Amino acid sequence: MSGNRVAVVGAGMTKFVRRAQETAKELAWEATHLALESCDMTLDDIDAVIIGTAPDAFDAVHMKSEYLSDGCGGWGKPVIRGYVGGGTGVFAPIQGWYHVASGLFDTVLVVCEEKMSSCQPHPQGAFLTIFDHTTERPLEPNLLWIFALEMNAYMNRYGLDKRDIATVAVKNKRNAADHPAALLGDANITLEDILNTEVLAWPVQRGDVSPVTDGAVALVMSAEHVARRVTNKPVWVEGVGWTLDTAYWTNRDLSYPVYVEEAARMAYKMAGITEPRQQIHIAEPYDPFDYKELHHLEGLMLFDKGEAPRAAADGVTQRDGDLPVCPSGGLLGVGNPIAAAGLMKVAEIFWQLRGEAGARQVPGSPKRGLAQAWGDLMQVGTVIVMGV
Amino acid sequence: MKEYVYDSVYLRSKDFEEGNVLFETWDPNARYAWDAGVAIGRYLQGLKAGQLIGRHCPECDRVLIPPRMFCETCFRPTDRWVELEDTGAIITFSRCYVTWDMIRITDPQIPAVIEIDGASPGMGIMHMLSEVDPDEVQIGMRVQAVWKPAAERIGAITDIAYFKPL
Ligand SMILES: [Zn+2]
Repeated sequence: MSGNRVAVVGAGMTKFVRRAQETAKELAWEATHLALESCDMTLDDIDAVIIGTAPDAFDAVHMKSEYLSDGCGGWGKPVIRGYVGGGTGVFAPIQGWYHVASGLFDTVLVVCEEKMSSCQPHPQGAFLTIFDHTTERPLEPNLLWIFALEMNAYMNRYGLDKRDIATVAVKNKRNAADHPAALLGDANITLEDILNTEVLAWPVQRGDVSPVTDGAVALVMSAEHVARRVTNKPVWVEGVGWTLDTAYWTNRDLSYPVYVEEAARMAYKMAGITEPRQQIHIAEPYDPFDYKELHHLEGLMLFDKGEAPRAAADGVTQRDGDLPVCPSGGLLGVGNPIAAAGLMKVAEIFWQLRGEAGARQVPGSPKRGLAQAWGDLMQVGTVIVMGV
Repeated sequence: MKEYVYDSVYLRSKDFEEGNVLFETWDPNARYAWDAGVAIGRYLQGLKAGQLIGRHCPECDRVLIPPRMFCETCFRPTDRWVELEDTGAIITFSRCYVTWDMIRITDPQIPAVIEIDGASPGMGIMHMLSEVDPDEVQIGMRVQAVWKPAAERIGAITDIAYFKPL
């Protein structure tokens, strides 16, 4: 592991809701305030602030992180915003890690906020500019197309049907029933419920998709000498990785996320992980769509290519299975406020490794977990490995 | 961790419709004129002439579509234009029953990624399928471009009206 040791020492979040009364800044403050409170710190203990939030177009606020910074505790401090689309929520704590690992700062706040509800009539509109302005946008594409195209490529490659994939939505919405911040938790949802939802862009049905959500999440990350002082349960960052694939998305093999594999290899190498299937005890891969959880588990090399659906069907990824996956309830269940959703996954690993996940606690005292996010034009992979 | 979840306030659509909450709206009027660039400019000229073209990378020996002046893999300049067929195979497709703002449509749109004959394996472009029963579309199906009449072509990706099964 390169650099100084860095731990996550505190976490807080807002409820994830369809539409929050709070402004973006107010949501950011709510999460940040609780993250500081969770480790008995005040803003005076914070040396720098990392802000993660999705496109300015969501809020129609130019330089949104500057607008948000007051709510994130950024006043009078070094502040940076990293933005890699949906991958942001895991990239922000990676930035937090290198701020501290470099020795430049002892303690940083990492705050991710998203308020998708402001964008009318639908926040998908803010994403349509990801398509090439000359070769694609004249075809009047719909954002859902790229996910449907990718999902179909994945299903076709391995001969999967909708039933193989919808089990993920069932698991995550059930898991989310135990998450106090969840928007779409449902302890009694069934496979048939998911399979009977309306078709949006085949093979994508409404039940396969995470909801439009508002929310914020914050972490406190510290150097070892601070972490040892403020908590007896530091959760160490053991490895980080991130990569980007080509923007020529119609030239890629859509059935396999090679960029997730490359990000995972970087993180595993840093963490000294040679056998991820033995050494990773709990995983929070990015699940904005149910097929993405499976796709990402394969990219993370936790299952062979095309094998994640069978493992899911066999219960391996259930909270009490051999490899609990998205015990939080994920984006499908807790909600998908883009950047905040990714950081929620990192917070979940933090709470799980400390044994503080309440009704969601996975059995067997897991010692090491990972969170992963994905985004941009379906081309960025961000991975963080944490352990106790 | 329950104590570290802030109880944020949930609004419903009804709150807005009934005027129970105060809010502000804005309709931006933003216009852009994008330069097509060197590679795509030539690509658009080809489309106007009813011809799909790609670029060749001498290092990777790949034929790239959409064409580009540099190869993202080896980072060297591409060296020549290659005339491609207007036929190909479906790499993946969807049947879409909603508009981007989630309004339902009855006849699905069928976007697809189509691997173009004459380009390297896996080199696809996004376009639409038509003149086909949506339920009959298959990955691997052979398709051909249906061009707009020459007089109607303007040098745009929409000079191909759609692709149809061969
Ligand atoms: Zn090349």
